[in-house]
Amino acid sequence: MSSRDSILNKIKNNQPSSVNELPDLSVLGLEKFDVIETYKTVLKGIGGFCEEVSSLDEVKAYIAAHYPTDKRMITTISELADIAETEWTNDDPHSLQNVELAVIKAHLGVAENSGLWVTDAILGQRVSPFITQYLAIIVNKNDIVPTMQQAYERISNLDYGFGTFIAGPSKTADIEQSLVLGAHGARGLTVFLMG
Amino acid sequence: MKENTIDHSTAAATFNKDVERVNWHDETLWFVRSKRDKSAHAIPEWETLRETASNIKFNVLSNMHHYLQEFEAKAKENGIIVHWAADGEEHNKIVHSIIAKHGVTQMVKSKSMLTEECHLNEYLADNGIEVIDSDLGEFIVQLRKEPPSHIVLPAIHLKKEDVSNTFNEHLGTEKGNNDPQYLTEAARKELRDTFLTRKVALTGVNFAVAETGEFVVCTNEGNADMGAHLADVHIACMGFEKLVPQRKHLGVFLRLLARSATGQPITTFSSHFKKPREGQEMHIVIVDNGRSTQLGREEFRNSLKCIRCGACMNTCPVYRRSGGHSYHNAVAGPIGSILAPNLNMKKNADLPFASTLCGSCTNVCPVKIDIHDQLYKWRQVLVKEGYTPTSKTVAMKGMSAVLANPTVFKIAGKAGRFVVKNMPFIVNNSMNVWYKQREMPAAPEESFREWYAKKQKESKDKK
Ligand code: SF4
Repeated sequence: MSSRDSILNKIKNNQPSSVNELPDLSVLGLEKFDVIETYKTVLKGIGGFCEEVSSLDEVKAYIAAHYPTDKRMITTISELADIAETEWTNDDPHSLQNVELAVIKAHLGVAENSGLWVTDAILGQRVSPFITQYLAIIVNKNDIVPTMQQAYERISNLDYGFGTFIAGPSKTADIEQSLVLGAHGARGLTVFLMG
Repeated sequence: MKENTIDHSTAAATFNKDVERVNWHDETLWFVRSKRDKSAHAIPEWETLRETASNIKFNVLSNMHHYLQEFEAKAKENGIIVHWAADGEEHNKIVHSIIAKHGVTQMVKSKSMLTEECHLNEYLADNGIEVIDSDLGEFIVQLRKEPPSHIVLPAIHLKKEDVSNTFNEHLGTEKGNNDPQYLTEAARKELRDTFLTRKVALTGVNFAVAETGEFVVCTNEGNADMGAHLADVHIACMGFEKLVPQRKHLGVFLRLLARSATGQPITTFSSHFKKPREGQEMHIVIVDNGRSTQLGREEFRNSLKCIRCGACMNTCPVYRRSGGHSYHNAVAGPIGSILAPNLNMKKNADLPFASTLCGSCTNVCPVKIDIHDQLYKWRQVLVKEGYTPTSKTVAMKGMSAVLANPTVFKIAGKAGRFVVKNMPFIVNNSMNVWYKQREMPAAPEESFREWYAKKQKESKDKK
């Protein structure tokens, strides 16, 4: 017998004889709070920056003022083509190792933990938000949901190859519990709240 | 990192020799536990979340046979190659065969307690494959040739001076520079090069979704993603209990995991891998290694609900004061002490005794495992099977004989007081584990029983 079959057999014999019912999830995520204020507070708490903007021009101006524009910048947003490269999505992912700033969009954000949901469809390349030194993500204010409960309701059964929630910059506290930003992924995260 | 069979109390005694360091270790973990409390208390529906998570896991355990096949079918549909490993050895062989097939001799790995459990690194090293652990804490302990001492905080037993010395020796950092920022930057530079040059990356799995065939990996550093998205081959290894039924159930667990672990609202990255990227090869290795046996042990089955948050360790007074290495098992602390005897009763018979049964673990567990009850039950099983560590057996046999007989109880009390007062060396020996690191209280001149009898007599005499 293959390991697969013997493992499955043993599980069948050893699991409880009747199936425990799945709990009802509709009792969760009912907490009421100011979604945008919470989002901003939580993001700040985990080391991210938040900028409220009303147009992509404001995004451009902010980037020009806060990032070294002589270094390599990439984006998946065609309107930002004058400040960042857009023709990199089919390159070897290793070629992104010298990127200073990546600017991408998020499908939605979650107020309770400041996480931003991004998938293959808007990442350009899976490695882009990790390999870049700094990361900027644009999300519509209307797309901020209160908790993970609503986030998964929104994601539902959409198909994707890869998706991730990004909450703040990469970090570690592995050396004596001292928080250090910029472990292996982006050293800093700016979230543009558009609305 | 070969088998270490120094028993828990002996290892704990060694750990306790450096009083200052033990106090620091204790306080550091308690600090993490306090952050967990703050975070949990900020969520009004926290208890409902725990209850829901627990019930989802009960459902998974009772329907595992079905969910595993559903997961396998979906993952295959998504273009992932699925392997099954009955034990650690088979797991190691599968991983090695994938690496060998691609003709490489190096691999980068993100945190996976399962591969620690299977001793994968040693196996691959013996077969000429170099593995680099990319989680900063694991990278540090790997350089020091130590196992992780905690499932979430692998280097929690080390001070920054230790890390500085290790990095000075291996990475050539400045001697005496203990700045965590500087040390982290050094590791970042070193590992970035590793990520960019490895063709094969291995990650663990935090959750796997039966409904969709996807799996989720949570990190703060982004190391799992850096490895996986740059490599030609991604191998993900999981114990079969990592399953959840549907994607929407992830919401419940992701809300609980990081808050319970470190007090963060969520890990920085919660990455959902569903299909390999174009041109990439993706493998999943589903591992049993004793889990199906534990599933059949009705009293200990619930331990398979564990999501490896580490909260039970951070809160445990014994773990905090004995350190992860004293548990001689990949998973330390209260939950490790339930999982370990399932793998090897003889070798791990001491672990269920490494607890005060205070129940703090049970109170913080996000999936409501009855941890301290299970520890208590293991003790009974181990005694019955004849596996108890000698000192405990002698003490326990003595104890039950004393408690069973009131006359002996009286005499034993008198004798005990006499011994503590006049011959303390008899109590302070290796058979009396309770005396270690504790001052025995001064023996009272008379016991409560004697005092009570005297008072009774006095009041009678007055009448
Ligand atoms: S037993 Fe509970 S508290 Fe301990 S690691 Fe597992 S899930 Fe966390």
